[in-house]
Amino acid sequence: MSVQQLPISPDITAETAAFWEAANEGRLLLRRCTGTDTVFHPPRTISPFTGLVETEWSQVSGDGIIYSFSVTKRHGTEHCIVYVQLAEGPIILSALVDCDFETVEIGQAVSVVFKTSVNGQLIPMFTPSASGAD
Amino acid sequence: MSLKNKAFIVGAYEHPTRDATDIPLAQLHAEVAAGALADAGLTIADVDGYFCGGDVAGWEAPGVGPFSIVEYLGLNLRHLDTTESWGSSYINHVAHAVQAIEAGKCRVALITQAGRPRAEKKTPESDHKGQRQSAFEAPFELPYNMVVTNMYGMVAQRHMYEHGTTPEQLAWIKVAASHHAQHNQNAKLRNIVTVDDVLNSPEVSSPLRRLDCCIISDGGGALVIAHPDVAKSLNRPMITPTGAGFTVKHLNGGYFDILASGGVKSGAEAFSQAGVTPQDIQYASIYDSFTITVLVQLENLGFCVPGQGGRFVADGNLVSGVGRLPVNTDGGGLCSNHPGNRGGMTKMIEAVRQLRGEAHPMVQVPDCALALAHGTGGQLGARHGSATLIMERV
Repeated sequence: MSVQQLPISPDITAETAAFWEAANEGRLLLRRCTGTDTVFHPPRTISPFTGLVETEWSQVSGDGIIYSFSVTKRHGTEHCIVYVQLAEGPIILSALVDCDFETVEIGQAVSVVFKTSVNGQLIPMFTPSASGAD
Repeated sequence: MSLKNKAFIVGAYEHPTRDATDIPLAQLHAEVAAGALADAGLTIADVDGYFCGGDVAGWEAPGVGPFSIVEYLGLNLRHLDTTESWGSSYINHVAHAVQAIEAGKCRVALITQAGRPRAEKKTPESDHKGQRQSAFEAPFELPYNMVVTNMYGMVAQRHMYEHGTTPEQLAWIKVAASHHAQHNQNAKLRNIVTVDDVLNSPEVSSPLRRLDCCIISDGGGALVIAHPDVAKSLNRPMITPTGAGFTVKHLNGGYFDILASGGVKSGAEAFSQAGVTPQDIQYASIYDSFTITVLVQLENLGFCVPGQGGRFVADGNLVSGVGRLPVNTDGGGLCSNHPGNRGGMTKMIEAVRQLRGEAHPMVQVPDCALALAHGTGGQLGARHGSATLIMERV
């Protein structure tokens, strides 16, 4: 089961437009601190590690593992929020979709998929990786 | 350097209501202010310093902020502090009041807190869903239905994964709170609950169940902190803050440990300043928005080894007169009161009751002279303010 209502759409700013344009093209684009060579999220122009404006866009694999999750059942719908630790390092908030929530486990391998929000903007979510490997 | 004897907590008052349908927000603040001042033996005319968070009436109105409540109360101020850190604000305000008094900025500091989410039919979740996406992270979180319950659910899930913590162990935290709440005539939930009651309550967001959550209540409370000269002139027990710590924990670009709250830092700073250890603490008020909140903070503050929180809280270890560490002897937010979805004020007030020997006789810690109050405001699983205060009866 997945979210049965379309998710709300994100407000897009000049600082984050490239992230959302990439999402509409099926790519996960994060911000990278060039001073520490560290990919981080959510995106911002300033590096949260150095305090300097030394960041650039960096496309990531979209693969990761579940760091934690919580399943909410309400009014006949089920929703699974997740923290995914990406292969590149950062833990990002998302939702798990297109799977049986009863079998979800921390450490499970997941991959990004892009789902439609209310206004049509695609947003990154995650689903168990095709290989099924942990 | 210890805060000892720099200032004293001379007044404390918790509003008895849990349902303030007929009491507007400003009036709630006024009633708790009057209650705490009467408790101290002071009047509103004595107050020259005022401390509040974003829960005051009119806070959100353009150009208003704290001014409306200052006018409503008729305060004549030399000092104002509106440091907003949600539920943890009021514990932090006590430390700020001591600093202001020591610096000569005020002599009698009033701190108020109030809220009426039941009357306004506002849940923490509805607050989240209705919020504007002005925060930079909001567009990257709100579309995923990020709400309070699933964010705390993720903390509990991770604790179970890393440390083998069980739902039964979490349930013991609610059971302990209920054993205390049975003696509190104002508590929202006064029935004793069992581990099975918690486990059989409906799941809210896995692995948390309904009875893992705090209650939603209207009400509030207030504190009065005074200069030593003022305190000595009053016929009240002498309770002094001795150590304080505060920090903001955030997600650091995605590199964080969900089980390490701000309590790691704020607790260490408070213990260091007070010159005591967790083993010295006779009573602890620990923020209890959910059962998992208590468990993680007990570990983070050093009351038990990280990962051992589940074993520490089990079998009544938090029950006064039974266990090693009496926690939230008023019934806490889990059973008694969580006014305005901000628990820090009631945490302070029960700690003061314990130090004065004014807690209910069935839960009073014998000869309680050293207590701690700790709060998180915001979300344990994301960003939050964290305030720790250690207090002593002298």
